[in-house]
Amino acid sequence: MVITPQRNIVSRTWGTSVGKKSVIAVTGAIFLLYVTAHMLGNLKVFFGIESFDAYAQHLREIGEAIVGYEGVLWIARVVLLSSLVLHMWAAFSLWYKAKRARPVGYQHRQRWEGSYAARTMRWGGVIIALFLVWHILDLTTGTVNPLPGESSAYTKLVASFDRWYVSLFYILAVVALGFHIRHGLWSAIQTFGANSAMKQNALKTFAFVVAAVITIGFAVVPLAVMTGLVR
Amino acid sequence: MKLTLRIWRQASPEAKGKMQKYVLDDVEPDMSFLEMLDVLNEKLVIDGKDPVSFDHDCREGICGSCGMVINGNAHGPQQYTTTCQLHMRHFDDGDTIDIEPWRARAFPVVKDLVVDRSALDEIIKSGGYISVNTGSAPEAHAIPVDKVSADDAFDAATCIGCGACVAACPNGSSMLFTAAKVTHLGLLPQGQPERQSRAVNMLTRQDELDFGGCTNVGACHEVCPKGIPLATIAQLNHDVLGATLTGARSD
Amino acid sequence: MSELQQEPTAVQGEGRYVLGDPIADTRAPDSPVADRWSDRKFSAKLVNPANRRKMSVLVVGTGLAGAAAAATLGEAGYHVKSFCYQDSPRRAHSIAAQGGINAAKNYRYDGDSVHRLFYDTVKGGDFRSRESNVHRLAEVSLNIIDQCVAQGVPFAREYSGLLDTRSFGGTQVSRTFYARGQTGQQLLLGAYQALERQVHAGTVEVHPRTEMLDLIVVDGKARGIVTRNLFTGAIDTHLADVVILCSGGYGNVYYLSTNAKGSNVTAAWRAHKRGALFANPCYTQIHPTCIPVSGEYQSKLTLMSESLRNDGRVWVPKERGDDRDPNSIPEDERDYYLERQYPSFGNLVPRDIASRAAKNMCDAEHGVGPGGLGVYLDFSDAIERLGRPAVEAKYGNLFEMYERITGDDPYEVPMRIYPAIHYTMGGLWVDYDLRSTIPGLFVGGEANFSDHGANRLGASALMQGLSDGYFVLPTTVADYLAAGPFDEVPQDHPAVQEAVDSTRARIDKLLSANGHRTVDSFHRELGQLVWDQCGMARSKEGLEKALDRIPSLREEFWRDVKIVGTGDGFNQSLEKANRVADFMELAELMCLDALHREESCGGHFRVEHQTEDGEAQRDDDNFSYVAAWEYTGDNQRPVLHKEDLEFSYVHPTQRSYK
Ligand SMILES: Cc1cc2nc3c(=O)[nH]c(=O)nc-3n(C[C@H](O)[C@H](O)[C@H](O)COP(=O)(O)OP(=O)(O)OC[C@H]3O[C@@H](n4cnc5c(N)ncnc54)[C@H](O)[C@@H]3O)c2cc1C
Ligand code: HEM
Ligand code: SF4
Ligand code: FES
Repeated sequence: MVITPQRNIVSRTWGTSVGKKSVIAVTGAIFLLYVTAHMLGNLKVFFGIESFDAYAQHLREIGEAIVGYEGVLWIARVVLLSSLVLHMWAAFSLWYKAKRARPVGYQHRQRWEGSYAARTMRWGGVIIALFLVWHILDLTTGTVNPLPGESSAYTKLVASFDRWYVSLFYILAVVALGFHIRHGLWSAIQTFGANSAMKQNALKTFAFVVAAVITIGFAVVPLAVMTGLVR
Repeated sequence: MKLTLRIWRQASPEAKGKMQKYVLDDVEPDMSFLEMLDVLNEKLVIDGKDPVSFDHDCREGICGSCGMVINGNAHGPQQYTTTCQLHMRHFDDGDTIDIEPWRARAFPVVKDLVVDRSALDEIIKSGGYISVNTGSAPEAHAIPVDKVSADDAFDAATCIGCGACVAACPNGSSMLFTAAKVTHLGLLPQGQPERQSRAVNMLTRQDELDFGGCTNVGACHEVCPKGIPLATIAQLNHDVLGATLTGARSD
Repeated sequence: MSELQQEPTAVQGEGRYVLGDPIADTRAPDSPVADRWSDRKFSAKLVNPANRRKMSVLVVGTGLAGAAAAATLGEAGYHVKSFCYQDSPRRAHSIAAQGGINAAKNYRYDGDSVHRLFYDTVKGGDFRSRESNVHRLAEVSLNIIDQCVAQGVPFAREYSGLLDTRSFGGTQVSRTFYARGQTGQQLLLGAYQALERQVHAGTVEVHPRTEMLDLIVVDGKARGIVTRNLFTGAIDTHLADVVILCSGGYGNVYYLSTNAKGSNVTAAWRAHKRGALFANPCYTQIHPTCIPVSGEYQSKLTLMSESLRNDGRVWVPKERGDDRDPNSIPEDERDYYLERQYPSFGNLVPRDIASRAAKNMCDAEHGVGPGGLGVYLDFSDAIERLGRPAVEAKYGNLFEMYERITGDDPYEVPMRIYPAIHYTMGGLWVDYDLRSTIPGLFVGGEANFSDHGANRLGASALMQGLSDGYFVLPTTVADYLAAGPFDEVPQDHPAVQEAVDSTRARIDKLLSANGHRTVDSFHRELGQLVWDQCGMARSKEGLEKALDRIPSLREEFWRDVKIVGTGDGFNQSLEKANRVADFMELAELMCLDALHREESCGGHFRVEHQTEDGEAQRDDDNFSYVAAWEYTGDNQRPVLHKEDLEFSYVHPTQRSYK
């Protein structure tokens, strides 16, 4: 085979569809770690206002000696934000390629081959993104929260979920996230090349369980607020 | 059986096509799908009308020539079955059947249900082989292959190059086809020297050829008449990422 | 054809043909049979690598023979163009072969050897093939397996990691290499990949969907072909120093066969009409275990591996026209006719015998299924004896295929089977170098007549295709090219123009007939006629009937065929019509060949020539020759040239399977 000058690793990765896909997978894995931690943190609401607010405060203080107050939080924000940009950029680029690849569609729409979750990655992702914007405006910056910005995290959360439509939107978004993870986690494993005919079913089950745990873990918070369990 | 067929008719690559309705009232359940179309075509010719063009050759599910999207399913409703092996007993009297060509930018329509799949040959050309000249082979038993690898390689090697995977893929990707060849050769000891460059070259060519990128949807596997496993795509990814990280050279 | 030129000596066969000069295979060395191929390789002239690029080769066909030849000549550095009618070279009909490929590797240490494979093949061919060719085939079989393994062909393996083999087609040694039930597919993909590698390297240009419609002969040498681009309808010429035909067999003359729908004789037949002799056209092989016809609409027949006869029992109802459900026919009302007639071989008698016996049963109205054209192949005993899981492990995929096609479950209801045409041993005459009688025209694979005599053994066609393609043609074509490159043929050479014009005229004629019948209806009628009179059993009377009917059918075809559409663009009816037109001519020569061969041998069974218990009776004194026919003009008497066969190593004996 003809040998041509090597390109650098970034262009080698970005240059192929598999490269783009692994960008999605790596950033998706970062989100997944974050989301898991976030969910565990959220569950602190069940231990009362002090526990939850202390956790929120602690997040700001870890590693203060080295990176300063809110340092780790900011690093996490930067990493997450740049991951999000990469994740979406790569996803849209594959989406565009897919649109180009089939200029004329079928008259008889196809039955859904492959799972529902797999088919809804793109629109599901868009829903999650919209949700994220709202979520940050609500609980991080407080812009759309009924309470003033300096209120405690716990009270902001309860105030927000006290509105049934907010809880409903939140739950729908987490379900969308669950679907996204259900296919995404398996897909990421496949993208990293770790799938095999023998492991396939086990891996799919694993992804399903993770997705279910995360969905439930998030959804119980608004449910608890609505049912008055958390006040 | 009486059937209503709605078939994509398109006179030439440039022409505008449309679905055209035909009614057939003497369809036998034991006919194959293509024999049903033969019967339609005989009638059309006698009436002086242009018969429906469709690709076919072996009519036993191995050459990969045939293929149409039947009621939205590539190769029709029966799993692990090419269009030529599909029989009319899987339909009911009175059914309406929609028949369309494979749809993909990489597979332009030639006429009616016939598309040009030469893009698949292009992918093989870019590296889907082991570079060994005739006469230079070592004695066959000098290369033992463990049975598990041999069997897995075989499963991947059964791809017939029909293109149904592309037709069904929401991304219009030929990933399963490419992965089948990468896996077949990559699992065998003979295929090791070119393993990474083969994977990168074939994938790069596929990307250039107007195919979409794989996002692991899995529709390909469901329509594949040979049941090529999705795990082949994992192996392709593995080999490509390995090459990306180690900087294996490619052309 | 200078070597053959002489006045026809005598009109023969009731005025149907003329006896011409004998011919000889002039290129096999005179040495002992085991040395001939190495001697020939050594005497073959070589071409300087620097000159190879300037020499061009056309290879028609991308089956095992064509793809292997094109790839190998490409590797050597020649400028190769390869053609097939399918949309990809990978789809050539070789893809459909199931069973396996023979090679005398003797990995089992069961007494196999090159000599034994040679012996079995000559004997299997019923002593109507050439010893020199067959010996070379057996020798080269060793290299084929090595080559294919190196290419990554996933042959079946044992737990040791070494290659598995099985015994096939009644041989006593286990020498058949296989890749599940898809050996042809895997071998062809190997050759196809080698071909694509050369396309990438720039030595080979592939022209898919391009059908050869004529051969261009300039100054007595084959110098090019006329093709039709099936996408655009364009008629083009391709000129070169050498032309190789590997265009497959002509089994589709019977309309229903196990061949792919597009398989055709056109390339070979046009070469025949341009002067190449056609040898032994009546040698065709019937396969006993195919899925029977289910109705008038039937478009092709599907073969099921013969291995089914290892455990299945063949029977028909004793009573004529008995149409009861097979499971309700009691044991004593069944006739296990193979076991009855051939007690020692039973259900395992060779292909031709099993086929003929089934035909006899159906002729005597014992047949079952639609039209009474079928016999039962029953696994209930095997299921009882071995258990369903064991039967499933062995035959599961075949049972599945059967059920997919017929809708019947063979675990519950006996299969129905019927013989179908499967392979054609006849083909263009070639010498030891695979040269036809037109200099510069080589023929390989099923398209030539060379290695199988009157009957081909199972798993030997794949071997021959690859032997011709990878090993023989590259050597002998180079030897021919060593005298080249030849003077360039100008596009406007009268011979080129004449070939193009006649191709165009023929297409116009087909399109302008605008009659009342479809191409398929003519093809079906022709097929039925040839099947009835020149199929499993042939008689003087039947053949004469066919010879009377074929010319009038042909005339009707040209007058009354209806093709919709034009020649400029994709037109599948036109493609078919072109092929059927040639089958109409070939069919006549087949019947004539069958009529003139007053003996039974291999696949050619003349009812007048059988032993008392119905076995084929050869006549070595009068018919130990290859019948090579020369075309002399439309509706003219062909000339028969005989090539005498000599057997110095394997002595002719009569077969017996009682
Ligand atoms: C169902 C089946 C099962 C078989 N199983 C076995 C088996 O187990 N073992 C075995 O040894 N043999 C088997 N055989 C026989 C064997 O497969 C064939 O004899 C062999 O593959 C022929 O190879 P080939 O290269 O000569 O031609 P083919 O593979 O038939 O290729 C012919 C090529 O010529 C091209 N062509 C034809 N006409 C034209 C034209 N006019 N212009 C341009 N191109 C043209 C075609 O496109 C094609 O590429 C089987 C055959 C059948 C039908
Ligand atoms: C916290 C939230 C998120 C998590 C945990 C997450 C996780 C993942 C994972 C693991 C994958 C699979 C990667 C692969 O297929 O290899 C994935 C794919 C995807 N993600 Fe996300 N993601 C998140 C947010 C988003 C957002 C906001 C979008 C917005 C557009 C998005 C769009 C997509 C798309 C379209 C894919 C499929 C890519 C493709 O294969 O086409 N995701 N995600
Ligand atoms: S992978 Fe399956 S669907 Fe795709 S070309 Fe191969 S056989 Fe057809
Ligand atoms: S016609 Fe060959 S696979 Fe269907």
